[in-house]
Amino acid sequence: MCTMIVQQAPVEGSGKGAGGWFNVKQANVSYEHPFHMPWEYALNIDFVDESQGPGARVAVELSAEAGRALAEAILAVLQRAEAGGYIDLQGKI
Amino acid sequence: MYQTDMYEGMLAETVPIPGFQGQLIHAYFARPLGPGPFPGLVVAHHFPGWDWWYKEATRRFAYHGYAAVCPNLYERSGHGTPEDVAAKVRGEGGIPDDQAVGDLEAAMRYLRALPYLNGKVGIFGTCSGGRHAYLTACRVPGFDAIVDCWGGGVVAYGEDLTPMRPVAPLDYTAGLSCPILGIFGNEDHNPTVEQVNILEEELVKHGKTYEFHRYDGAGHGFFYYIYKAYRQEQAMDGWAKVFAFLEKHLQTAGEGE
Repeated sequence: MCTMIVQQAPVEGSGKGAGGWFNVKQANVSYEHPFHMPWEYALNIDFVDESQGPGARVAVELSAEAGRALAEAILAVLQRAEAGGYIDLQGKI
Repeated sequence: MYQTDMYEGMLAETVPIPGFQGQLIHAYFARPLGPGPFPGLVVAHHFPGWDWWYKEATRRFAYHGYAAVCPNLYERSGHGTPEDVAAKVRGEGGIPDDQAVGDLEAAMRYLRALPYLNGKVGIFGTCSGGRHAYLTACRVPGFDAIVDCWGGGVVAYGEDLTPMRPVAPLDYTAGLSCPILGIFGNEDHNPTVEQVNILEEELVKHGKTYEFHRYDGAGHGFFYYIYKAYRQEQAMDGWAKVFAFLEKHLQTAGEGE
């Protein structure tokens, strides 16, 4: 590790990894060395289920600008969904 | 010096070694074939983990005449692809310093138990491995040389210090008991040129034997030929400095490549 800038967030949902869909239980958000992007540092988000081992992971490596845009988009979508009364319908079919 | 009519061979394999607190961990071990004696080298892997680059580097050292062992410092985080395991460690904020030092010390002791060792053991690391190598060589006696390639976080303050990394490696400098080679890129952000200056000042202050090489036009990880950060000219010069330093401090009279 070099920057040590990392934060974990508990999450509930599904992610599609190398072995198919699995329940994601935690998001590890870091600004650290990426594995794939040719940058020294990146905003890395790993959706994981630690109980299933290191392979239960859905990963993205983003630029800082992309990370901010994503965060804004997520909040904007949730705001609209909330305004439309959809959030309360989660889990109800 | 190698001649084309000489026999050469190498053994490279995964071995179990007793690591920190006696816990068995995997290590990648490579050595030249033959009776030796060979100098030993502990290879401290980088942040991306116990990956193919580090196993290749371990074999590279064996090709150059070293019995080299690279312990899996991420063993406690489970098994999977090196990338998935390293991502898990990244999400956990790294590994405890005491554990890394214990594993690297154990690797040194593994080498010292080999019947064909020439009695000398060094330690090499890049990135977080450079930091771990520095930390280990400062805290543990028994090393004869250390190579720190762009170890980030050797100089650390405030928020950089965590329960897993409670003390800056710089603060252990008084305990360093062997010569150190430092390889750094002047465009690196961790360590920065200023942080390398601070490290150098600390080594001078404590009267340590050191040799630093700082490369213009190079940043973090400029040895890694698969990455954009690779700088061919600086990397090849850096490798030459590494092998010259190790030969000077780990080879006994009459030994050579």
